Amino acid sequence: MRRAEIITAGLMALLSIYLMYKSTELDIGYVRGEGPGGGFWPFWLAAGMLLSTIWIAINWALKKSPPSQSTEKFLDSYGLRMLLLVGGGVTVFIALTHIVGFYGAICLFLIYYIRFLGRHSWGVTLAIALLTPVVTFLFFDIAMRIVLPKGYLEPLFLPLYDFFF
Amino acid sequence: MEILGHLVDGIFIALEPLNIMLMLIGVALGLFIGAMPGLGSVNGVAILLPATFLVPPASAMIFLAAIYYGAMYGGAISSITLGIPGASTAVATTFDGRPLALKGRADLALVTAAVASFIGGSVANVLFTAFAPPLANVALDFGDPEIFALMLLAFATFVGLGGDDIPKTLFSICFGLVMAAVGLDIMTGEPRLVFGDITGFMHGINFLVLAIGVYGIGEMLWTIDSTRGEMTMTNAVLTVKGVLRAIRESAASWKGMSIGSFLGFFVGILPAAGATPGSLMAYGITKMVDKHPEQFGKGNINGIAAPEAANNSASTGAMLPMLTLGIPGSPTTAILLGGMVIWGLQPGPLLFTNQTEFVWGLVGSFYISNFFALAVNLAFIPLFIWMLRMPFTVLAPMIFVLSVVGGYAATQDMHDIWLMLIFGIGAYLLRKLDYPVAPAVLAIVLGPIAEPKLRQSLLFSSGDPMIFLERPISGPITVIAIILILLPLFKLIRDKIRGRNATA
Repeated sequence: MRRAEIITAGLMALLSIYLMYKSTELDIGYVRGEGPGGGFWPFWLAAGMLLSTIWIAINWALKKSPPSQSTEKFLDSYGLRMLLLVGGGVTVFIALTHIVGFYGAICLFLIYYIRFLGRHSWGVTLAIALLTPVVTFLFFDIAMRIVLPKGYLEPLFLPLYDFFF
Repeated sequence: MEILGHLVDGIFIALEPLNIMLMLIGVALGLFIGAMPGLGSVNGVAILLPATFLVPPASAMIFLAAIYYGAMYGGAISSITLGIPGASTAVATTFDGRPLALKGRADLALVTAAVASFIGGSVANVLFTAFAPPLANVALDFGDPEIFALMLLAFATFVGLGGDDIPKTLFSICFGLVMAAVGLDIMTGEPRLVFGDITGFMHGINFLVLAIGVYGIGEMLWTIDSTRGEMTMTNAVLTVKGVLRAIRESAASWKGMSIGSFLGFFVGILPAAGATPGSLMAYGITKMVDKHPEQFGKGNINGIAAPEAANNSASTGAMLPMLTLGIPGSPTTAILLGGMVIWGLQPGPLLFTNQTEFVWGLVGSFYISNFFALAVNLAFIPLFIWMLRMPFTVLAPMIFVLSVVGGYAATQDMHDIWLMLIFGIGAYLLRKLDYPVAPAVLAIVLGPIAEPKLRQSLLFSSGDPMIFLERPISGPITVIAIILILLPLFKLIRDKIRGRNATA
């Protein structure tokens, strides 16, 4: 934890500095007749972020915050495995929406998670993995008229559009 | 009298068939969301808000408020039967609820929790109806400096009363406010903070992208990581006769219920406080004033009634500043406020004069939803306990799917979905290091309202920041905000002096 605390503070400080730099693209001072410029608000708040990270670093050096005293690992083997399998799974899920569309990706993601991470039976897995995209389609595409991207599976949906609209 | 007339009109609006249906679905969903460990009202409201674009804003708001309400009831179910709080708001309910369940009286614990929730909700509804219109009337005179001062006060409560690490809270607030500034500058129309010239940043960062990222994806990762072990369930046998008997027995906890109901409401009004600290404080105070504090923690029903009454009362209390001043009293109301902006409603005192049907329909629904929540809760406790058996490895992927689909429905841009994922994983990692996430969500909702108020105020005063201190209403508010921000500093100095005296 202790190392993670200072590394995170450092990264967040860099982010703050970048945000401050980016804010200077617009006026950060007072513009006569217009009030504070467009960069004023984000610049000073990013400066606030930077000051907070410096304060966090001081607390770290003085060992005042709980994470800076902790000898536990920031991510133990379970945490890391979980982050890779679950976080990675969601990442692949979102990436897949670009290729097989939302409905294909939902189905594949649910099969992956319920069957391979959850170790449930194929029956349960397929029931949920096939039913969820159908319900989602009826709710979003049909009821709300919010068309979710279909990727390369678009042609499969054409008969459905003809049927519903 | 005029208020009563509005209230009756409001109840009639709430009783329209569509609204009744939405309230019933809302409280049932809320009960489920509240009961499921890892999901609380804020997660439910954030993830389901995009789904409400289907119905008119007033009904959508009634639906989301019903979820909020139901979740406050539901949290107790898992606190009692599983021994782990279903939501952070029900943490205090485990202290006495779990021991009572282990003694074989899970039925009494569950019924007391439901009755206390109902009483808490009812007291809060009456207080809300009495206080909201006059407060909105006063707030009508507020100008830009006053509203900005109020927002400053909202953020100051996080620093002074939030109880989290102070620099990390400040970081979270500033981060949320900067993220709110991304996109076109509202006053000049110039593009601002368009990172890497990616066009997706031109339309700004919708608050739902951060809220669903944090409360959907981030929260799930957090829950999977923190609840590694298996859970053990205490079964509750419930019969109609048993419930009726338990209702009579639960009356013995009137002391806890009354403390919880009133304390919860006023704690709920404070932006940083909300239902979680409200219920913990109610538990502490009830224990403190009880003649037998040693019985607490062993299954005292006052110890169940106090936090349960308080969390319901606080959730209504949090609505008060949100509707009258446009300052949310809790993370969940922050998301509701963001929703109102999406629906084109201007939150704040004008709602009470311009949108009377919306406001009073919502207030009316508080009363009706409260009845529904009690009835659904008592009638279906066995069903909710059964649903708690749903393995997390089925619930979690469904929440991920809902988050991604809901996020897309809200903004219809894949760029925002990727951003949501980054926020979610980031929030999970930062939370492990004790960074509070709620201030950032409140900040991204309030940012687009606060910034123009500040700039207009400063334009009005030709750049003199003293305008916030010199005006009769904004002055005291700003002073209180500054005191709250400095409060931790005072404590530090006091501890130092004490420490010196102790060693001397």
